[in-house]
Formats: sequence, C-alpha cells, structure tokens
Amino acid sequence: MIENWSSLIPLLPEVFLLGMICVILIAGLYIDEKRRGIIHFLAILTLALTAVLTLRHFAVGQRYTALGGMFVRDGVGDILKLFVYLSTAIVFVYAKHWLRANKLFSPEFYVLALFAVLGMCILISGGNLLTIYLGLELMALSSYAMVALNRDSPVAAESAMKYFVLGALASGLLLYGMSILYGLTGSLDITLIAKALESGRQPEVAVAFAVVFVVVGIGFKFGAVPFHMWVPDVYHGAPTAVTLFLASAPKLAAVGMAFRLLAEGLEPMVKDWAQMLGFLAMMSLVVGNLAAIAQTNLKRMLAYSTISHVGFILLGILAGSEQGYAAAMFYAITYALMTTAAFGMIIALSHSGFEAERIEDFKGLNQRQPWLAFLMLLVMASLGGFPPLVGFFSKLYVLQAAINAGWLWLAIVAVVMAVVGAYYYLRVIKVMYFDEPDREHQIQAPGDVRVVLAANGLLQLFLTLFVGSLTALCVAAWQ
Amino acid sequence: MIPLSYWLVLGALLFCISVAGIFINRKNVIVLLMAIELMLLSVNMNFIAFSRYLDDMAGQVFVFFILTVAAAEAAIGLAILVVLFRARSTINVAELDTLRG
Amino acid sequence: MITESLLLTIALAPLVGAIIAGLFGRQVGRAGAHTVTILGVAVSTALSLYVLKLIALDGHPDVNLSVYTWFEIGSIKAEVGFLVDPLTAVMMSVVTSVSLMVHIYTIGYMHEDPGYQRFFAYISLFTFSMLMLVMSNNFMQLFFGWEAVGLVSYLLIGFWYKRPTAIFANLKAFLVNRVGDFGFLLGIGLVLAYLGSLDYATVFQKAPELVGQTFNPWGTVEWAVPTLICLLLFVGAMGKSAQVPLHVWLPDSMEGPTPISALIHAATMVTAGIFMVARMSPLYELSEVALSTILVIGSITALFMGFIGIVQNDIKRVVAYSTLSQLGYMTVALGASAYSAAIFHLMTHAFFKALLFLGAGSVIIAMHHEQDLRRMGGLRKYMPITFATAWIGTLALMGFPGTSGFYSKDAILYAVGAADRPGATFAYVCLMIGVAVTAFYSFRMLYLAFHGQERFGHDDHGHGHDDHHGHDDHGHGHGDHKPHETPWVVTLPLILLAIPSLAIGYFTAGPLLFGDFFGSAIHLAEGREPLAAMAEHFGHGPLAFALHGFVTAPVWLALAGAGLATYIYLFNPALADKAKSALAPIHRLLERKYGFDELYQAVFAKGSVLLGRVFWRAGDQTVIDGLMVNGSAALVDRFAHAVRRLQSGFLYHYAFMMILGLIVIVGAFALLK
Repeated sequence: MIENWSSLIPLLPEVFLLGMICVILIAGLYIDEKRRGIIHFLAILTLALTAVLTLRHFAVGQRYTALGGMFVRDGVGDILKLFVYLSTAIVFVYAKHWLRANKLFSPEFYVLALFAVLGMCILISGGNLLTIYLGLELMALSSYAMVALNRDSPVAAESAMKYFVLGALASGLLLYGMSILYGLTGSLDITLIAKALESGRQPEVAVAFAVVFVVVGIGFKFGAVPFHMWVPDVYHGAPTAVTLFLASAPKLAAVGMAFRLLAEGLEPMVKDWAQMLGFLAMMSLVVGNLAAIAQTNLKRMLAYSTISHVGFILLGILAGSEQGYAAAMFYAITYALMTTAAFGMIIALSHSGFEAERIEDFKGLNQRQPWLAFLMLLVMASLGGFPPLVGFFSKLYVLQAAINAGWLWLAIVAVVMAVVGAYYYLRVIKVMYFDEPDREHQIQAPGDVRVVLAANGLLQLFLTLFVGSLTALCVAAWQ
Repeated sequence: MIPLSYWLVLGALLFCISVAGIFINRKNVIVLLMAIELMLLSVNMNFIAFSRYLDDMAGQVFVFFILTVAAAEAAIGLAILVVLFRARSTINVAELDTLRG
Repeated sequence: MITESLLLTIALAPLVGAIIAGLFGRQVGRAGAHTVTILGVAVSTALSLYVLKLIALDGHPDVNLSVYTWFEIGSIKAEVGFLVDPLTAVMMSVVTSVSLMVHIYTIGYMHEDPGYQRFFAYISLFTFSMLMLVMSNNFMQLFFGWEAVGLVSYLLIGFWYKRPTAIFANLKAFLVNRVGDFGFLLGIGLVLAYLGSLDYATVFQKAPELVGQTFNPWGTVEWAVPTLICLLLFVGAMGKSAQVPLHVWLPDSMEGPTPISALIHAATMVTAGIFMVARMSPLYELSEVALSTILVIGSITALFMGFIGIVQNDIKRVVAYSTLSQLGYMTVALGASAYSAAIFHLMTHAFFKALLFLGAGSVIIAMHHEQDLRRMGGLRKYMPITFATAWIGTLALMGFPGTSGFYSKDAILYAVGAADRPGATFAYVCLMIGVAVTAFYSFRMLYLAFHGQERFGHDDHGHGHDDHHGHDDHGHGHGDHKPHETPWVVTLPLILLAIPSLAIGYFTAGPLLFGDFFGSAIHLAEGREPLAAMAEHFGHGPLAFALHGFVTAPVWLALAGAGLATYIYLFNPALADKAKSALAPIHRLLERKYGFDELYQAVFAKGSVLLGRVFWRAGDQTVIDGLMVNGSAALVDRFAHAVRRLQSGFLYHYAFMMILGLIVIVGAFALLK
C-alpha cells in the first residue's frame, strides 16, 4: 500500500500531533505540580506547530490523498482544521485559569483534548468510512473522559455517563448505516461509494434507509433535535473548561464529517438527506430557541443556543450547493469563535469556589467591570445575530443559500426563531446593564486570559470588516 | 449456502434487541454497557456477511477495528461507571436525573 | 495626484485620533487627547484643501475608486469606495476646516468638563463618519455614514447624560431621525430593486431608464418610480436636515455642548441631506413632482422657522432656528434645480453659522453659562473680539452685499425667481419675506447680547423664569463678577471663521456658480439654467454685483428688517413689549412653535406609550412573565415547558427520543417513497 514515504507527507501534521501528544503524555508523568505550566505551554506550541505544518502544504484548491485514499487533504479540511487548532488554543488559555482555580490542572486535560483534536483532524480528513469512524471514536472517547475529568463531582459523572451511553448509541446507529452502505456499494471509500450510488443500481429504499442512519449519526454529533438530549446535560454537568472545549472545536469537526459523508459520499442522495436535515434543522431552531428562553443557568442556556445555531449550520448544508456548504462552514467557524468567548466570559468571572454560571451572576456587571460587560455585550449580540456583528453575516449567508436552494419556508422559520432567540441574548445584556449588582465581581483571571478574551470579544466586531475575505476563503475551499 | 438476508435479519434483530436494551432497561448501568457491546456486534455481523457475499476483505478489516474500538469504549465506559459509583454510590439508571430541564 | 492612500489618510486620520482619545483617554491625558485629535483633523484638513486645489485649480480629473470589497451577497456588492469630484472636494474642505476650528475651540469651551477626552473622541469620530459620508461612491457607504453621523450626534446631544432635558432631546432626535431613515432606506431599496446596483456611477448612468416606469402598490394606483425614489430619499434628507415637519429635534439638540451645535447641528451633519440631494441630482432631475415638493417644504421651513427665531430668548435657540431657516433656503435651491447654489450656500452658511454658534458659545462662557438673552446686553465693551466677529457673522447671515452670505442667498433668490415649476412663486414670496425676518432676528440677537443696557449681575434672576431650557451648566454657579473676553483658543477660531464668512463668497461665487466647476458632479436636465438670470448681472464681477445688490429688493428687505430691529431693540426697547402684547396670539403661536411638539407629543408619543402598554400587557406580562414565573396560557410558554419536561434527566428517555426521531424519519420516508 505504501509505495514510498513521501506519499505520507499530507499526513505530516497529524503524525506530528500524535508524536507531541506522546511527548506530553510522558512529560506529564515527570513534571511536578508546580511546573505544570510547561505542559500548557507545550500543548499550545504543539497546536501552533501543527498549524504551521498544515499551512506548509495548504490544500486550498488542491486535493492530496494518502494511505490509498483513506486520508484526504483538501481546502475544506485544512481550513476547518486550522480553526480547530485556533479554537482549541483559545480554549487552553481560558481553561488553565479555570483548572487551576478548581484544582484540576493536570496533564490529562491537555492530553485528552489533543487526542480529541487528533480525532477531529482524522475525521475531517477521512476519505473512507473506516477513517471517519476511527476519527469520530477517537474524538468521542476523549470527550467522554474529559467530561468525567472532575472525579469528585456527581453531576460531572452523571453527565459523562449520559454522554457516553447516548454517544455509543449514536455511533452504533452510524455504524449500522455504514454497514448497509457498504453492502449496497461494495466499498468503504467515500468517492467509490459516491460513484456507485451515482449509477442508481441500488434499491432506493435501502439506500434511503442507510442515509437515515448516517444522518442520525451526524445529527447526534451536531446535537440536532431530536438527537440533542445530551447537549444541555453535558454542557451543564461537565467542568466549564471542558464544556468550553466541547462547544467549540467538535462543531467544526461535525461540519467536516457532514461534508465528507453527505456532500461527498452521499452526494447523489442529496434530495433525501436534504429533507431529513430540513426536519432536523427546523426542530433544532424551534426547540433550541424556545427552551433557551426558560433557562436560568447560563451554561444550559448556551447549550440550547448551540442547538439553535446547529439548526442554522444544517440550513447551510441542506442547501446542497457549494454556496450552502461555504456558508455552513463560515457559520461554524464564526460560531466556534463566538462560543469560546461566551464560555471564556464565564471562566473569567469565576474563581476558586465560585462559578459564574447563572445568568444572575452577571447582574450589574457594567457597573463593576464595564469592559468585560462590553465584551459580553458584543458576544451576546453576535450570537443573537445583530448587525453589524459577524454573527449577523453568518446568518445572512446561510439564509441566502437556503433561499437560493428553494428552502424559503425553512428560512422564514429560521428568521422567526432568530427573533425569538434574540430575546434571551438580550436578557443577558439587560441583566448586565440595567440590574443592580448584588455581589462583588471579583476578577482573578490572569493577564493572558484577559488579553485573549478581549481579542476574542472584539473579533466579533473586527471579523465584520473581513467578512468578505473570510467568505471568499470558504467559497474558494469548495472550488 | 445461507442466504444473505438471513444474516441481515439476524443483525437487525440483534441491533433492535440492543437498542431496546438501552431504553427499556431502567435498573443497572452495566446492562447499558452490555447493550452497547451487543449493538457493535450486530453491526459486525452485517459487515462480515456483506464482506463474505461481496467477496471483499475491507468489511472484515473494518470489523477488527470495530472490535478494537469496542474494547476501548468498554474501558472508558467502565471507568466512567467507577467514577459514577464513587460520586453517587449508585449505578441505578433511574436515579441519574439531577441534570434536567 | 489623488491616490487611494491620500484619500484613506484624509478619512482615517480623525478616526485614529478618535480611537486614541477614546480608548486610551486615561493614558494620554487631557492634553494628549486634544493634541492627537487636533493633529488628526489638521492632517485631514490640509490634505482636503490640497485635494480641493488639485480638483478646482489644476483640473485634476474626478476620482472614483473602490478601496475594499466588504462582502458580496448574490448581486449585492458592498464596497468601501471614494468618489472625489468637485462636489466632494468642497464638502471635504468645509467639513474638515470647520471641524478643525471646533476642535480648537473645544479646548477652551470644555476645559472644565470631566468628559473632556470622551468629547474629543466623539467629535473626531464624527469627522471621520462625515468624511466617509461625503466621500462615498455608493449608497451602502452613504447609508452607513448617514447612520454613523446620526449616532455620534445622539451621543453628543446626550453628552451631559445626567440632565433629563438632554436625555429627552436625545430621544427626540433619535426617534425623529428614525422616521427619516426609514424613508431613506426604502428609497435606497427601491434604487437597488429597479437599477440593480448601489454604485453611484452605475445608478446615475442607468437612471434615465426609470422614466416612465411605475410602481403600483395596490389596485390601479400607480406611482412614477423616479418620483417615489426621490421623495423617499428626500424623507431621509428631511430628517437629517430638519425640514418641516421633521424639524422638531434640531432646536432641542441645543442641549448638547455648544461646539457640537456649531459642528454638527449647523455646519456639517444637518447639511448632509442637502449634500445627498445634490449628489443625487441625476435622479432628482427626473422628477418634477419631487422637486416641487422639495421647493414647497423648503420654503415653509425657511420662512416659518425664521418667525420662531424672533421670539426666542435663549441665545443658542435663536441661532438654531436661524439654522433651520437657512437649511430651508438650501432646500429651496435644490427644489429650483440650483444645486450649485445650494452647495454654495451650504458652504458659506457652514462658515458664518459655525461662527455665530461659536460666538454664542463664547458669550455663554463669558456669562458663566447663562444663555438667556434677557440677562445679557452691553457685552461689546467686555468682549470686543467676540463682538466684532458676531457682527461679521450677522452681516453674512442677513446677506449684506459683499459678504459671503449675500452671494449665496442672492443666487438662491435668483434661481427661485427664475424657476417655473409649481410652487416657485410661493417659494419666492416666502424667501423674500424670510430675508427681512432673518435680518430682524439676527440683529435682535446682536443688540440684546452686545448692545444696550447691561442686564446681568443683578441677583433677581433665579431659575424660576418661564424659560427653562437647559443651560450649559457645568455645575458652577453664577458669579457676580464682570464678563471677560474668552481665551485665545476660543477667539482664534472665531477670527479664522470670520474671514471666510466675510470673504469667501467674493472669491468663489463666480467659479462655483457660473463656471463649469461642478462638471459632471451635478447633473441638470437638458436646457435647464437656473442661474442664467443671475449670470447676466454677475458678468461684471463680484464687486459690481455687490454694488448692484443695493438696488435690488432682497438687500432692501434685509436692511428694512435690520432697521426695524435697530429701532426696537436699540432705541425703543419698550416697543418690543408693546408689540408682544398687541400681537399676543401670534406671539403665543410662535412661542409654542406652531404646536408641533404638542401635536407629536399627543399623537405619536401618547400613541406609542399606549401601544407600548398594550404590548407590555400582551407581550411582557403574559408571555415573558408567564413564561418565567408560572406558565400561563401562552403558546410559547407551553411549548418551552413541554420542551423542558422532555428533558427529563432520564437516560432512557433520551435514548428513546433518539430512536423515536430515527423511526419518524424512516417512517416519513417509507410513506413518501
């Protein structure tokens, strides 16, 4: 299979990442508690170097394969990966503060997160059902363990168990769909599957049956309704640092997975899966937004808000056009950057023994910490899709793609639900600006957290200026 | 030779049993882990049957990977179970409802 | 050469200043904040004048370049771009130079204010926004600039946010402008819908296609598209340039600090509407109806707002009403197709009105933040520089031959006199009377403030007078010591503004009005020469024209107005009170500003309060409160709770939901296939 070593060059970033994970894993054994900062530094360095390696053979406009087509490098994958690295690095900066404050600062967090990143990379680059499955499981298994990171927390253990069982169920369903696809097409390779389906010799019902199972697997990874039940509990129960991680990068990986399986592998079945995704998107938009209104816990509210944002991402994917995929990708990228900032804010306001996770913990923040309140305002407004923040544009692009693809009714649902959704974001803003503070807002976050948080919050504003270039990049990835 | 459909029906039955095991069982979390194993095995049954009838080795290779992943999954599952029991002193599925709403 | 980097520097220099002063105000300190913002605006001013020189004197061709493509959605392309032609160059120079003067003046005016750095950041930000507005080469940027200047204006009206009157004025400006912006946005939307582009060049080129197209909103009603577009855009201009009936916010905006009144509410922002219409001349030339409407609205504003100016006692409000009236003149010029005359008047007005406002501000400083004209008088011996410059400003405003205001106002009067579209006669009469009114109220103000008896220093003035307009009160009391001339940072801008107020008309009237100065920037329909009548008289040069002015009606009307004011307020002050009681009903009408405020209060404000209450009942109480507290009958609420109940916390329910989802999808497909 391997003709020569140079054929492995596309794999270089992942190989390097794996090597560094092993180094960190071993280093973690020998570095005593006081100098754990080295692990943190190493982890971020690893991500940075992996990003450099990815950029060295940046595949926009190209397509490299390795391992006989099992591993694919293309523009879509590379862009998604770069933002996976970026959001994970941001997560690490925020997480360190939280982990320290909660006495959970251990190498395991970093090793597991990096393994999950590796899984995401493999998933995003998967050219074969096998690699997709393996990447998915590597990501998922690491995530389950991360949720249970705090071994003394009953809620964390409960949410980890729920996540695990439901995740295993979802991957079982996905596998079942994959096995049927394999049986129908006689191949595990994505492109060969697409080719075989193109011929249309398979019984239509059987193919549709397989597609349902695959869509369910993808829907679970996204957290789309009705496969969303794990999302609020896991977001709520997991340690905030882990929630932060789970909310950002895995969404990008899920987009990658949807692209590989649906846009490439099941491309001939686009009519079928677009309708299924339409159902999921509608349910996600409605349920996510309505349930979020009734929440008092910010982490839980953000979980439901994630579900509603997933509805928008699906709206882009189900357009089934390059424009739609680019819009979905843009949405996922900007969403990942918004959500890190939102959870980063919770972390910045938390300190040992106190978790700023209820909405009322933000009461009167403007009077105590006007700068943080302003950043939170930007993030909430961007999540809510208020112009001229970047969240507005990502919604706009997705809606446009959906309308162009003839999904007008769904676009209308999305707009109506976005208006409903604006309410709960505004409520956070209202609490910050118009309520009287009922406690001191102690900020113990170190300098790096503040700087990154400021950059992350202001990004909502600055990205607006570069909306054109960023979308152009997303579009270019699909050509 | 046994027709393919027999194998597929068997796989589907095993799959349904495992799925039912996940949502009907209200007692013990360990039963859930068993159901998950069963589900993966039913998929394996599908893959092997297809592989045999398509005369293609890739399906059987996939099965080996699924078995490996299943082992890892069981390890993680049991680890979470231990953590859960330490923290809650119970592994009753019906009592895992502090997070809701 | 006018390059992209040159234009970017002009636009961005004030922004950089604003960012430094705004975000790092604490670090750079007061001196740092004003140095950096003044430096930024000075750079812009110098470069703008250079651009003007290139365009006006060296015959540099027009520049139209797009700098950055912001985003593309389908066929809509949002770009940042610059269009520099004579019209833009004039506007840029006026905006930056007045802004520079105001920046310098602010050092003196605001020196005690705790929000010093914030203030400088705002005015620099305003300058940036205004430059983006005038330099734009497309509707999108125009609209963003339009909103941005509005935003800064609201921020500045409410600058002293602890005063309830300031907050009220702020709210009023915001609401009234929303009405205008709504029309403006609809207009832009129609342009996009019918011409498929937001780019000026494309739109203007395609504009003739609009002729004859109709839009039927319902049934058999048909509206001509060009008229509809022009009127909608003009609604925007009415909001921004405070034309009747959307004028009510401007007098109240005087709650803001005086430098702002000069910069935003007299010289630049309020003229954005005028500029916009002139810029859109290729569109407006297509619609006689729209131009007639503009003509009538402008003339009503010009005359009737002037009347109100006569009865005002607050020095800033007199100037504010005079601004309204002068904006009316410019609007009339637009309506008469004399776009160049409108821009010319815009320019001269920017200088002399900024001068008058800053002069009023100087008086206010000297009087320790007293704004009531009835408590001034005799100031000329205490503040000679302010006095002299105020005279110059007043002469320019009344249109005394030779001053800049004379040329621009005469141009408008000639154009209106020559116009033959419906409403032109009415407009002409209004403007002629307006000339006398203008002279009357401006001399009244001059005499009350600077001449006559000293009416300050007596302790009889409490705050209990009928006049409870906000004063520029920084929190220090009214000392009894004598007023004194203000420091050089205040008087220098006065002197620098007095020069163009006096002389700029003399030098620029010829080329601006009659030369081919504006070139393609202003488009006139075939055979239209609104200024031909004036050109005839102007043939012998500006001096001869000024002398000729003495034998024309407007100057005599102005002199009559001034003379009447002189007689009443200088020689026979008792007459004013007699006139007041003799004409009590009219006086009351004017004092109540024709009742616009009461009307709006009654209809819109009360109505919206009522509407708000209904929504509060329906929305807040039932939906929100119900949803939050105790699950009322509202549908949303039920649903939210149903969803919450579904999230039961039980693992097997979750798994069941997933399987159910699977079965639903499979079932749906089994049924459909």
